[in-house]
Amino acid sequence: MDTALTARTLSSFRQGVQAGMSIAIGYMPIALTFGLLAKTTGLTLWETVMMSVIVFAGASQYIALNLLTLGTGGFEIVLTTFILNIRHFLMAAALNEKAEQESLWKKALYAFGITDETFSVAAMKPGKVNASYMLGLIFVSYGSWVISSGVGHVVGERLPKSLQESMSVALYAMFIGLLVPTLKKQRKVIWLACLAAAFHSILLLGLHMSKGWAIVISTLLASVLVQSFAKESEESDDAL
Amino acid sequence: MRYDIIWMIIGMGMVTYIPRMLPLAVFHRVKLPPFLQGVLKNVPYAILGALIVPGIFLLDEDPWFGVLGFVSAVVVAWFGANIIIVVLASVLVLSAYAVL
Repeated sequence: MDTALTARTLSSFRQGVQAGMSIAIGYMPIALTFGLLAKTTGLTLWETVMMSVIVFAGASQYIALNLLTLGTGGFEIVLTTFILNIRHFLMAAALNEKAEQESLWKKALYAFGITDETFSVAAMKPGKVNASYMLGLIFVSYGSWVISSGVGHVVGERLPKSLQESMSVALYAMFIGLLVPTLKKQRKVIWLACLAAAFHSILLLGLHMSKGWAIVISTLLASVLVQSFAKESEESDDAL
Repeated sequence: MRYDIIWMIIGMGMVTYIPRMLPLAVFHRVKLPPFLQGVLKNVPYAILGALIVPGIFLLDEDPWFGVLGFVSAVVVAWFGANIIIVVLASVLVLSAYAVL
């Protein structure tokens, strides 16, 4: 029985690693550029790698560099990071509904690796997710993020700019690749994605709301609206 | 290494980890009311929409860059391609566009 359990754990981990490959590819150009920017901002190689190791949040790390250049204080940078990461609260709550019942320390361990990308991949996986799967997924994503940050600091200037530019689309393409197959199956998904996209555009570009709040509010608004509507129209619709 | 930078990084790490961990810890073995469960099940699809738009269209000053990347990813994904293929195809299309 013990070996069967280990085999299951191993196959979940491997499945996670496989699912994480597209994230690993997508993180490369972003982390490479981060490393390069960190260098021009005046961070040492170790400070740069340490930030990727400890924080592991792309958007926050970019903004931290921006604010450092502007001479903003550390406390304000931490506060900005917090506001930007409130969306992960929403993601972790959604992931919790999909998580297998496991010990708290395992969940607390993989919680460290919940990013926009690892969350999206895990959430679109059919069925439940367990800690082994999450750790496999995070292992390759985190590895790529940390290593590419360091590489970017060391050789960033020598990378061809055109390739970096065209690779910047990678994560968006991944999100589209995750969304489109489910979009084809359920009309509800079309509403959710399109409404949230519209709200997000209005809040960001029209009302100039801060990035952190805009994504949380547009996601919540779309999710609650569609849920209220779905409940009214057909109680039995339990396809999702 | 400068201590102010180190402390800033540690602070950033903490405020990043807490929102990621808190719901898993607080709702550990808690069953939420059905409506809330439904809302949370909607979140992944909504957040994907918001993560893609408007971001992809603001990637470059040239708006066609994002449009081309968007369309090629949607077309390739529509035909049921593996995610890695979707990613590589759109990178390839944009590389070709940059060269032309």
